[in-house]
Amino acid sequence: MTVVRLDLRHLISGDRQANRVVPPSGVTAHLTIFAAAAMAFLAVFAMAMSLAAGRLAARWGDELAQSSTIRVVAPADQIAAQTQAALGILETTAGVAFARALDEAEQRALLAPWFGAELDLQALPVPQLIEMIEEDEGFDAAGLRLRLAAEVPGAFLDDHSRWRAPLVEAAGRLRLLGWISALLLGASVAAIVTLAARAALAANAQVISVLRLVGATDRYIAQAFIRRFSLRAFGGATIGVLCAMIAVAILPGASEAAGLLTGLSFQGWHWVLPLFIPPLCALVAFLATGVAARRTLGKLT
Amino acid sequence: MIELKNVAYSYGGGALLSDISLTLAAGSFYFLTGPSGAGKTTLLKLCYGALQPTAGDVLLFGEDVAGLARDGIAALRRRVGVVHQDCQFLDHLSVAENIALPLDVSGRASAAADGDLNELMAWVGLTQRAEALPPELSGGERQRAALARAVIMSPDVVLADEPTGNVDWEMSQRLLRLLVELNRMGKTVLIATHDLSLIRAAKTQVQARVLRISNRQVQLAGADL
Ligand SMILES: Nc1ncnc2c1ncn2[C@@H]1O[C@H](COP(=O)(O)OP(=O)(O)OP(=O)(O)O)[C@@H](O)[C@H]1O
Ligand SMILES: [Mg+2]
Repeated sequence: MTVVRLDLRHLISGDRQANRVVPPSGVTAHLTIFAAAAMAFLAVFAMAMSLAAGRLAARWGDELAQSSTIRVVAPADQIAAQTQAALGILETTAGVAFARALDEAEQRALLAPWFGAELDLQALPVPQLIEMIEEDEGFDAAGLRLRLAAEVPGAFLDDHSRWRAPLVEAAGRLRLLGWISALLLGASVAAIVTLAARAALAANAQVISVLRLVGATDRYIAQAFIRRFSLRAFGGATIGVLCAMIAVAILPGASEAAGLLTGLSFQGWHWVLPLFIPPLCALVAFLATGVAARRTLGKLT
Repeated sequence: MIELKNVAYSYGGGALLSDISLTLAAGSFYFLTGPSGAGKTTLLKLCYGALQPTAGDVLLFGEDVAGLARDGIAALRRRVGVVHQDCQFLDHLSVAENIALPLDVSGRASAAADGDLNELMAWVGLTQRAEALPPELSGGERQRAALARAVIMSPDVVLADEPTGNVDWEMSQRLLRLLVELNRMGKTVLIATHDLSLIRAAKTQVQARVLRISNRQVQLAGADL
């Protein structure tokens, strides 16, 4: 660890000459920078997707977890009685914190998107909805269903967890996929830098042998390559991250009916997270080049 | 300084050198001679740790080269200046930068060293070519640059493999005077050459000993040549 820290300090302070002893390498340099930029760009999106999926999962999981609905479907003259009966049952059900029948105005508001605001509910066989809020421990849905079936034949329990659970799971998976993508992108940076560093070391075999002959240590030689590739990875990743952050910033903002697509942008302090990508990229390049250099140099006399 | 004990070396086939015991005393001046292919370059490589003996021990400054790690070899090369028979340079750096390279890789570059560099460049007659790139140099200029690079660290030992192979008589006398000068400053000098007139010229300036490789052995040649 101390070795890494020392090397890092050396890397940042720099050594003009150590950098000069390896000839400049044109195209390879540009390719490495480009690859780092592209990977960083993609990593920002993977990160944004993960965070958005995480927010979605949390919202679906928490906000909706506590509420359920009971539908009372009955002939018009019985509906009030059955609603009262159902409320009575709910009052005596363990785990139900609160239950109330929606009033006519609320029901109309729910249906307005489909039937228009001028709807006369009396004219339609519309079920009565009862909203209920659970206590934290939840309630026994199967037991409640049985009691309702026995005592209030027109009442049906809509347990939200039935349709919610797969969505929460899907959002969780999406988040996992996002992080796996970010990891794979990091590994790709390591692979690309390793290949580029090996190519550079092979192309500079004569330079390395001259340096050995005049008394350069492996560390000095490796440093010249490590510094170069770390800076390239850092520079490339910085470009990629900045482009991706601009792209994310001009995405349409999160709307009221926020789904995954509209809520993709970073929120609050999450804007800081992409800024960690360039140093991380540089660290990956630093380690990858170090390994490649030590391998190659170890084989020489 | 440099001590070989019952050293043998072979590149894989038959033995090229065998059972060589030799001590290079500090501050002395040696020539190593022998026919082409006798193993002069090989013997020098054994002396600066580029080759490990197939038998016997090589001690450099009292340390066994077989026990040296790679960084140990690197440190050793800062104390032994070597002029290689095939002088290699970093072709993208100027001659001046190449000559200063040993200072840079050992972190000893400084303003004082820059002064030494200019003096040294003048000594080997390369001041005019300081900014040239190595591929633009003539064979003799390359050898002079290689000699300058070998001595810039002020090493304790200078090993030179055919340092005058490509230069005219006058330049070879100049290089010889530089090596003699270094020897007077207390450095051990070993020059591999088959140029007998160079050896004769040296003998007028310095107490030089001549080692000759023949029959896989190193012998101290007689005073007369
Ligand atoms: N790397 C190698 N692998 C195999 N054989 C080698 C190698 N290097 C040198 N040789 C052989 O070892 C022998 C001695 O080579 P060396 O370079 O030491 O000779 P030399 O005395 O320096 O010759 P010259 O005066 O021509 O420079 C030669 O026959 C050469 O072909
Ligand atoms: Mg030779």
